[in-house]
Amino acid sequence: MSDVTRMTAAQIAGLIASGETSAVEVATAHLDRIAAVDERVHAFLHVDREGALAAAADVDARRSRGEELGPLAGVPVAVKDVIATKGIPTTAASKILEGWKPPYDATLVERLRGAGTVMLGKTNMDEFAMGSSTEYSAYGPTNNPWDLGRIPGGSGGGSAASLAAYEAPLAIGTDTGGSIRQPGAVTGTVGAKPTYGGTSRYGLIAFSSSLDTPGPCARTVEDAALLHAVIGGHDPRDSTSIPQPVPDVVAAARLGATGDLTGVKLGVVKEFAGEGAEPGVIAAFRESVEALVKLGAEVVEVSCPHFEYALPAYYLIAPSEASSNLARFDGVRYGLRSGDDGKRSLEEVMSLTRDEGFGPEVKRRIILGTYALSSGYYDAYYGQAQKVRTLITRDFTSAFEQVDVLISPTTPFVAFPFGSRTADPYQMYLSDLYTIPTNLYGGPAISVPCGLSEGLPVGFQIMAPTMADDRMYRVAAALESAVGTLTPPEL
Amino acid sequence: MSTTVLPSYEDATARYEPVIGLETHVELGTNTKMFCGCPTEFGAEPNTQVCPVCLALPGALPVANRAGIEATIRIGLALNCDIAEWCRMARKNYFYPDMPKNFQTSQYDEPLCTDGYVDVEIDGETVRIGIERVHLEEDTGKTLHVGGATGRIHGATESLVDYNRAGIPLVEIVTKPVPGIGAKAPEVAKAYVTELRDIIRSLGVSDVRMEQGSLRCDVNTSLNLPGEEWGTRTETKNVNSLRSVERAVRSEIIRQASVLDAGGRITQETRHFQEDTGDTRPGRSKETATDYRYFPEPDLVPIAPDRAWVAELKASLPERPSVKRARLREEWGISALDMQSVANAGAVELIEQTIAAGASPAGARKWWMGELARRANETGVELAEVGATPAQVAQLQALVDEGKLNDKLARTVLEGVVAGEGDPAQVMAARGLGVVSDTGALQAAVDEAIAANPDIAAKIRDGKVAAAGALVGAVMKTTRGQADAKTVRDLILARLS
Amino acid sequence: MAAISREEVAHLARLSRLAVTDEELDRFAGQLDVILQSVARIGDVAADDIPPTSHSVPLTNVYRDDVVQPCLQQDDVLAGAPDAAEGRFRVPRILDEEE
Repeated sequence: MSDVTRMTAAQIAGLIASGETSAVEVATAHLDRIAAVDERVHAFLHVDREGALAAAADVDARRSRGEELGPLAGVPVAVKDVIATKGIPTTAASKILEGWKPPYDATLVERLRGAGTVMLGKTNMDEFAMGSSTEYSAYGPTNNPWDLGRIPGGSGGGSAASLAAYEAPLAIGTDTGGSIRQPGAVTGTVGAKPTYGGTSRYGLIAFSSSLDTPGPCARTVEDAALLHAVIGGHDPRDSTSIPQPVPDVVAAARLGATGDLTGVKLGVVKEFAGEGAEPGVIAAFRESVEALVKLGAEVVEVSCPHFEYALPAYYLIAPSEASSNLARFDGVRYGLRSGDDGKRSLEEVMSLTRDEGFGPEVKRRIILGTYALSSGYYDAYYGQAQKVRTLITRDFTSAFEQVDVLISPTTPFVAFPFGSRTADPYQMYLSDLYTIPTNLYGGPAISVPCGLSEGLPVGFQIMAPTMADDRMYRVAAALESAVGTLTPPEL
Repeated sequence: MSTTVLPSYEDATARYEPVIGLETHVELGTNTKMFCGCPTEFGAEPNTQVCPVCLALPGALPVANRAGIEATIRIGLALNCDIAEWCRMARKNYFYPDMPKNFQTSQYDEPLCTDGYVDVEIDGETVRIGIERVHLEEDTGKTLHVGGATGRIHGATESLVDYNRAGIPLVEIVTKPVPGIGAKAPEVAKAYVTELRDIIRSLGVSDVRMEQGSLRCDVNTSLNLPGEEWGTRTETKNVNSLRSVERAVRSEIIRQASVLDAGGRITQETRHFQEDTGDTRPGRSKETATDYRYFPEPDLVPIAPDRAWVAELKASLPERPSVKRARLREEWGISALDMQSVANAGAVELIEQTIAAGASPAGARKWWMGELARRANETGVELAEVGATPAQVAQLQALVDEGKLNDKLARTVLEGVVAGEGDPAQVMAARGLGVVSDTGALQAAVDEAIAANPDIAAKIRDGKVAAAGALVGAVMKTTRGQADAKTVRDLILARLS
Repeated sequence: MAAISREEVAHLARLSRLAVTDEELDRFAGQLDVILQSVARIGDVAADDIPPTSHSVPLTNVYRDDVVQPCLQQDDVLAGAPDAAEGRFRVPRILDEEE
């Protein structure tokens, strides 16, 4: 049999269901692949070999008993380390949580287990999901399998790289300002941000509560849809969870894969179609638009005048919420405590713990958020950003009266070399220029590979109305059928 | 520290006009915490009533308890407030180890209930206390200070934190400033807290016990010269009984008057009431107060109480305690003063239920305000938890009315009831108590007593009926108290007439 | 004009319980100034009459029933604690009530 690590999740599930291979064999092949290449890629912060093999053996046992298993039973999945996994280290790539083992599972982890998927381990990321390159991981960056000297995107660079390195066929990411889509774009993989409230945040270590959205990462659109269907849906433990079923994203992906987009109206975001992006990115995007037209889609240009304020609004709202969300890391109940010499006061110990436990980007954002919420600045910063958020939502609403989905490049530039954007934080923030508006609006968006620029992957972003996640899967699958998937060089 | 001579209270209030305001926290008696399903029982082992949510474990999220929202709305309605059509919870950000998230989930500029009032009666005059707002928030954990002299924070070498209480719903009730009450300010403050306690108790949403901390009170006080603007206010915390509310206002008025008399100015600050001395001492100064950086809680969605639901809650409010007391006073035929003692003892509902179970108002009141109130006081428990139910008290009184128990026996039976030996009838049977109703046996005892006391018998025959008491006592002694004194007396007089 | 001073950053760090070093303070002050200058243009948007958005999903009244759920075991609660004693979380002496 050919190498299972090169197969899609759908193919693997098919082979396991038909008995041609076992879940244990599949898990072993992926664990061996991780052992072989992860020293170079560093996609994983923790590999749970024992747990993965036990879960796989359980799937095999259930299958042999004739139990009916879900469509992804036995398929391995990698989980971003910002998601709580019972008894398995969960650090959010921060020193402040080093060694912490949650006493509970996130809702989506429960659902992954319930669906019979096999969790391989926890993937690397920017600390507390703050960053666009994984360079802010306290445990060292992840290297892009396309070029080990370049960033894999962020914050979910580990999840995306694990797919591009064939260490896992599926991964879970979280998207606050583009942390699923931008890594997907720069690693040539698929990353979907579901509608906010369409996937549960219970157990997701909060960065920005009103923006954080867990979602699927995969190498194909159909695989992403299959994973989306497993983790999505209402969760009573998350007050912001939408009490409606997720649209049938799998059917939509399969419909799109037929390559027919007749009657579908695409809107190119005028503000994102040229300025600020690398020429190679623009070229790949334009070629893909033409390909979509050939499939029958109608393309128009749509103006979203407030999108240019999305980045500033985001960098006020997200740090504000983060400054409050991260207050709980104080060295009292869990995680790191430093400077407790028996003489220092609690206040001193807390401050030393937080200074030592948090990395520079996290500290910058805590200070920025504290500033934006302070009395005297609240109205001009946080308050104004919340109003701009309303205007961005209105831009989306009126755009979706004209078109079915909006399209743009996922990120203005391809994977950049390590260290090239860390000196000036704002240059790093520009990575998320095109992805952020969706988060402020709350709708779904997906990044799908659409070609190469200077030998590196370019991502194509499709944005849909809230709770119309199926629409973006249809268009994404159609594009995938036209341009094909990307294969990285051998490691 | 200060050598200022304190003016008398009368002097202080003759020259200055006080303005008071009260902030009251009520811990709701819901089964579970405000944002998670942990129980709220008092006194559990430390850190056993906690979960990822109330421990603020990374990733955990809150979901609001419907009962907490409903209770807050009912309190608001009972205080004549407007109920918000739409409002949000907010995060109040500050670091303190008893607060697991290092922010308190509370309400800021969008309280659930606003603009109400409570009327209290002082010397037959009604004073209306405006209610600024009623909002919902969560309680903190408890910190044990170790190594200090008295378990206080000062001098402690370390502290131990228990999060069982963290997340229990708290309702904060804030009055508008109350001016124009002059020397009655302390009384008004006490009457307000009493009325508030009674209203909340009547709603059944909290046990409102100040000594257990389920009702906590902060008192704001300021003084101004007549005709001038209101003065700078201080906030007095740690006021843990109704009596302390009154004392705290009184002592703060005297203290502020002495500062003003000396030409000083009042600092806006938090002060702590000292239960032992009855005065207040400075705490944290408000001028350096932190910036709480309130913002809408993104993890909880807005609260938009359905108007029909609010109307339904309003329609089903219980009778206002003051109205109810006036009605019952009439029905029971007692004085205002007696009614006040009944209310203060927390006996209104107990007596009402005892009457409903068949007892006369006088009989019901006698037991609850007498024997049972005394026991509750001695053992330091609430009257409702003294160990007897209204039904049992009604049965006891019935046995007395039927002549099966006399007063002395009834008290003994009640002791058995309180000790958990069962209903009065069961206690009577088990302990072999009860009035001797066998007239044959009683007659024999009477004859025996007459025979043993010929001098006394002769006096009675001569018409000195008062002497019968001695013979009654003798009979009671031989029957070990189990006879009805009146019956015995009648038998003696019949025999000797 | 700088959008934020070194002193302001020091104050914010104290408020955030971050014992930043002098070197960090210098660096952050410069970086935060650049960031704030960039985001300040949000003030250019005319939004006086625009309602703010705090939640992107239009949900209201999401409640749970007042029914007790299982708690964690005390051992599990304290397992991750940096320091614990007598079933409680141990912390160093507390300076003041709250800042």
